[in-house]
Amino acid sequence: MSDAPLLVVDGITKRYPGVVANDHVSFDVGRAEIHALLGENGAGKSTLVKIIYGLVQPDEGRMTLEGASYTPAEPREARAAGIAMVFQHFSLFEALSVAENIALGMEDPPPMNALSARIREVSAAYGLPLDPERLVGELSAGERQRVEIIRCLLQEPRLLIMDEPTSVLTPQEVEILFRTLRRLREEGRSILYISHKLEEIRALCDRATILRLGKVVASCDPRACSARELAEMMVGSSFTQPERTQRPFGDVVLEVEGLDLPAGSPFGTSLKDISFRVRAGEILGIGGVAGNGQEELLAALSGERVTAAEAVRLGGEPIGRLTPNPRRARGLLSAPEERLGHAAAPDMTLTENAMMTGAVRRRLVERGFLRWQAARRFAEEIVHRFDVRTPGVGHVARSLSGGNLQKFVIGREILQAPRALVVNQPTWGVDAAAAAAIRQALIDLANKGVAVVVISQDLDELLEISDSFAALNAGRLSAPRPTEGLGIDEIGLLMGGVHGAAPSSAENERPGETV
Amino acid sequence: MLVLEKRPEPSALWRWLAPILAVVLTLVAGGVMFAILGKDPLAAIRMIFWDPLFNETFAAYARPQLLVKAAPLILIALGLSFGFRANIWNIGAEGQYIMGALAAAGVALALYPLDAWWLFPLMIVAGALGGFLWAMIPAFLRTRFGTNEILVSLMLVYVAEAFQAAMALGPMRNPEGHGFPGSRNLQDYPAAHNAELVAGTGMHWGVVTALLAVVIGHIVLNRHLFGFQVRLTGQAPKAARFAGVDADRLVVICLGISGALAGLAGMFEISGPSGQVSIDFNIGYGFTAIIVAFLGRLHPIGILLAGLLMALSYIGGELAQFGLGVPAAAIKALQGMLLFFLLGVDVFTNYRLRWQPGRAG
Repeated sequence: MSDAPLLVVDGITKRYPGVVANDHVSFDVGRAEIHALLGENGAGKSTLVKIIYGLVQPDEGRMTLEGASYTPAEPREARAAGIAMVFQHFSLFEALSVAENIALGMEDPPPMNALSARIREVSAAYGLPLDPERLVGELSAGERQRVEIIRCLLQEPRLLIMDEPTSVLTPQEVEILFRTLRRLREEGRSILYISHKLEEIRALCDRATILRLGKVVASCDPRACSARELAEMMVGSSFTQPERTQRPFGDVVLEVEGLDLPAGSPFGTSLKDISFRVRAGEILGIGGVAGNGQEELLAALSGERVTAAEAVRLGGEPIGRLTPNPRRARGLLSAPEERLGHAAAPDMTLTENAMMTGAVRRRLVERGFLRWQAARRFAEEIVHRFDVRTPGVGHVARSLSGGNLQKFVIGREILQAPRALVVNQPTWGVDAAAAAAIRQALIDLANKGVAVVVISQDLDELLEISDSFAALNAGRLSAPRPTEGLGIDEIGLLMGGVHGAAPSSAENERPGETV
Repeated sequence: MLVLEKRPEPSALWRWLAPILAVVLTLVAGGVMFAILGKDPLAAIRMIFWDPLFNETFAAYARPQLLVKAAPLILIALGLSFGFRANIWNIGAEGQYIMGALAAAGVALALYPLDAWWLFPLMIVAGALGGFLWAMIPAFLRTRFGTNEILVSLMLVYVAEAFQAAMALGPMRNPEGHGFPGSRNLQDYPAAHNAELVAGTGMHWGVVTALLAVVIGHIVLNRHLFGFQVRLTGQAPKAARFAGVDADRLVVICLGISGALAGLAGMFEISGPSGQVSIDFNIGYGFTAIIVAFLGRLHPIGILLAGLLMALSYIGGELAQFGLGVPAAAIKALQGMLLFFLLGVDVFTNYRLRWQPGRAG
C-alpha cells in the first residue's frame, strides 16, 4: 500500500426521517487495498456507498479522491472520477444479450463488434468466462454478476465498490470472484467490499471498517481478528448461537414425489422430477443459487401453483391439487422469501397481515365475517412471542425493519401449530441477532415433531440447522443426504449440478455453469 | 431543494384532508375559470354550490333533485369501488346501466298493461341481471383469454348505446306514439312506475336501495372476508394469492357486483325520473360515477358524500347555465377539476414535501 490514501471519507452524515443512517462516518481506502465495510443490515453500509457512488447526497461531511475534493452529484460523475459499483441486485434486461446490456450502460458505446471483442478480452484477462452474445435471461446469477463486473472493468476504475457480491454465488464461483478481485488489487486498483460474511472478509480483505447503527465503531485488520471478535464488534454484544440438538425422527409427514412444474414466467425455472421426504422432527435444508427453482418449489408446496395430486402428499394424503387454504387447514404452512408484497402486504397493518394467513387455523373468520378482535390478539401474540419490535399491531408492515418483519412472518406460521412448515430464505437480509432467533425457532419447532423444509442460499445457515441437505440446480433436486459430515466442496458440486454418480442432463442445458 | 419523500406510513390525516383540500382548490380554480369567461366568480360558485340547497326560490325543486341525481351515482360508484380497490377496472358501467334499464323496461313493456304487485320486483331483478350479464362479457374474456377489461368494458358502452337506439326505434317503440322514437312512458304505467315514496322529497326506491347499499358495502368492505380479499388483492396481488385468494373468481365477482348495481341504477332511472326508453335517456351517470368513486376514496361513506356533492354540481350547474349563462362545458370542466385536484393532492397521503438544504440538481 502506498502512503496517501485513494479515497478519504470525512465526517459524512446522512439523516432520514426518524433515523440517522450515517453519523459522522470517517474512514479511508488505500491504494491497491481491498477494504471491507462490515456491519449488520441497517448499519448504514448501503447509504454510505450510495453517497460515495453519487446516488445519495450527504447532509454533512466531505470526501476527497486522490487529495482532490470529491462531491459526486450523480453516478455519472462518480464513474468519470474512476469509481464503479456492482450492486447486490442486478439491473440487467433479460431479453437482451450480454453485450447489448453492457452497451446500454455506457455513455458512448463503441460498435457492437468492437464491444464484444473487448468483453471477450476483459473476461479472459480476469478469468471471468462470459459469452457476450448470450441472452442475460439464460445466465445464472453468478454469470449475471460477471456481466456487472465486466461492465465496471471496461471503465478502468480506480475504485470498485461491491455490495454483498457473494450472496448469489456457489462456493466455486466465490473462488473465481476472489481470484479476480486479488488480480485487480495487484494491478493497483482498490476495492471497497461490503459484506456481513466474516469468513470471506478474513480471507480476502486487507482492512475492515466496522459500522454499527450508522457509526464507525472499529477499524481493524480482519486477518488478525477471529470471526467471533468481528461478529461481536459488528453486533455490539455477544448473542447465543442456535444449537442443533439430536432428536429421533418420526414418520414421514411431507412427501414430494416426481414433482414437475412448468416455469411461471418466461425466464423462470421449471421444476423437473423433484422428490424428497421429510419426517416429523426433521429439518431438510435445500441449498442452491438463487433462480434455480426456489420460488417455484415454494409455490408448489404452498399451493400457489397446483400440480398433479400425487406429487405432494401430507401425512399420506395427496394434496397436489389443493390451493393454499385447504393445505393450511391440513397443517402445511409456508413463508415465502419476499417479505414485502408476498409474505406480507406492505400497506396493511400487522393485525391484517395476521389475518392474511392465520384465518383458517386460528379461526379468524366465522361464516365469512372477520373476527378482528381475535386477529388482533393473534398479531399481539406473534409480536410478544417473537420479540417483534413495533409500537403496536396497528402499524403497517412496511414500517417494520426487515428483521422484525421476518420474525413476524415466521412467527405467524409457527404459532399456527403446523404439521409441516416450508420457509424460503428465512433470514435473508436480517440482522444477526434476529437471524439467530429465527433459526432457533425453526429448531424448536422441529423438536416438537414438525417437519421443516428450509430453502436457503446461505450455506452456513443450512449446515447449522438442517438434518439433511439437498441442492436445487436448474429445477432439479439432488437426493437428500445427512448434513452430518458433508463437506463444503461436496455441497458446492451439488449446487453446481453434479448430482452424485449419475450426471444429470442439467449441464447440457446450462453450458458454462459447471466449474 | 424541495424533495418529495415517501412517508413511513400513510397519513391518516391526509386521507381525509385530501378531498377537502381538493374541493377548495376546485373552487379557487373554478372561480378563476369563471372570471376568465367573464362571469362573476363568487356569484357562479354561490349559484352552483349554495343556491340549490338554501336559496328559497330554488331549494324546493333542487333538494329532492339532489337525491334523485345522487342515488344512481352512489349506487354505481359503490359497485365500481370494490373492483377498483382490487385493480379490476370496469370503465363500462354506463353500458351496464343502459342494459339494466333496457332489461327492466323490456320486462315491463312486454307485460303491458299488467297490473300486478310483482311486476316492480321482477323489473328490479331484470335490471340487476341485465347489468350483471353485460359485465360478464369483459369478466369472461379477461379470465378466459387475458383481455384487458378496461378496453372491453368501455367498448361495450358503445355497443349498448347502439342497442339502446335500436330498441327505442324498434321493438320498444310506443305503438301509440305516432311514429316518434321512444317507448311508452313508464311513469304512466302504475305497476312499473318507480314513484316518489313521499311526495316532494325525491325519495324513491332507488334512493332507498342506494342508502342500503352504502350500509351493506361498508360492512362487507370492513368486516367480511370478501372485502378483505379485495383490499389485499389491490395492495399486494402476490400476497393475496399466497393468502388463497382466487384472482379469477375475484374478477368475476367484482365485475358482477358493479354490473348488477349499475343495472339496478338503470332500472330505477328508467322506471322513474327518466320514464322512457329513448335514444339518449342515459346521461353519463356511469362515467361520472368513476369520479364519484375516487372522490369518495373508494370508501362507502366517502362515496355517499361524493355522490351528493357531484349531484349538487349537476343541479347547481344547470342553475348557473340558466341564471348566469355559464356554458355547460364549464360545468363539466369544474367536475373534471375536482378529480384532477383530488388525484394531485392524494400524493400527500403517502408522500411528504421536505426542504432539503444542500446543492441543487
